[in-house]
Amino acid sequence: MDGIHDLGGRQGFGAVRYSPNAGAFHAAWEVRVNALYALAVRRGIFNMDEYRHAIERMEPRHYLAASYYERSLTSLATLCVEKGILTREELERYAKGGFPLAAPSAPGRTNVGDRERFLPGDRVRVRSDCVPGHMRMPGYIRGKSGVVVSESPAYPFPDAHAHGVDAADEPTYDVRFDTRELWPDSSEAALVHVGVFQSYLERAG
Amino acid sequence: MSDHGTTHPNIASVEQRVAAIEAAFDERGMAPGEVISEFQHTVDEQWVPQNGARVVAKAWTDPEFRRRLLANGRDAVAELGLTLPRHHRHLVVLENTPTIQNVICCTLCSCTAFTIIGLPPDWYKDLEYRSRIVRQSRTVLREMGLDLPAEVEIRVWDTTADTRYLVLPVQPPETAGWPEERLAQIVTRDSMIGVARL
Repeated sequence: MDGIHDLGGRQGFGAVRYSPNAGAFHAAWEVRVNALYALAVRRGIFNMDEYRHAIERMEPRHYLAASYYERSLTSLATLCVEKGILTREELERYAKGGFPLAAPSAPGRTNVGDRERFLPGDRVRVRSDCVPGHMRMPGYIRGKSGVVVSESPAYPFPDAHAHGVDAADEPTYDVRFDTRELWPDSSEAALVHVGVFQSYLERAG
Repeated sequence: MSDHGTTHPNIASVEQRVAAIEAAFDERGMAPGEVISEFQHTVDEQWVPQNGARVVAKAWTDPEFRRRLLANGRDAVAELGLTLPRHHRHLVVLENTPTIQNVICCTLCSCTAFTIIGLPPDWYKDLEYRSRIVRQSRTVLREMGLDLPAEVEIRVWDTTADTRYLVLPVQPPETAGWPEERLAQIVTRDSMIGVARL
């Protein structure tokens, strides 16, 4: 889905609030959230693709205003309710207030039928696919061309794995893009490497 | 914030919401309290940047290890007793040189090799870094205190799959001949993400 989470290349954001040796956590509740969602993953309640997708399904204004760990919390609660582990009513009763959840999921998809094997040096194009469900193709590479650098081991296909759809594991290709092709005339020179699932790629002519 | 279907007039605080999940898990015998203290221990003691620092120091002092590390990161770090979660099936080590600077990000969420370099810092997960580092890398790095000479090529790695990355920084020339343990002490987490040089 073309969600608000897909931030790469979006303009208008200001300076990174950087400090060397910045911490991962800033409050005890953040550690608790992380531990609880890790517990849910370990118990097989949901997988990491479902977890990521439930974050992406958050209402955009909620997503942007929420801290990283509030997004984790929302995904955890949404999936536990959707999977029938908890009910929203009990969560709101225990929380003594409203508990915002992510929007419902749209259908996923399986691997594309005409996947190709690529070799380092091959020129590839990212297919112009738009899907209603989860995918791990950042919008900034859609329809763009790049060069294959290497192939990874096969992974579960996220577009299926986030939706309980059957699919074969498939490799990702490390594809090298040039910022001047990604954002002509409005980017700084650099190479951007993206791990692109095989189903998202086609051979460039 | 919109109401997302909740009928309550007031949204509970994040602390109350976490406590609610904890209480519901507890009621189902899932022992969340134990899990939380175990997790805190893992974060404090096991997923620490000192792991990656050991890998880097060994790569600086042992050319054969460096070769194995660049060929297959997952197997090479296992030689030092370090592991990645099962679903991180691939660890790619990115070698910096005086004229190449590799930088890691995750524009879609916040993926990192957390068992090797530690859980990602706050700024790595912020909207600013995720949106801008792929498009304005030189400016963003400069704002973060890394002013790269014009001849340095920047390579940004967007962690969109479960492959994980580790930047291998350039060894500072003045540390030539230092023992591995001492070298490991100068390697910072941020140099292994690629937003700092040593």
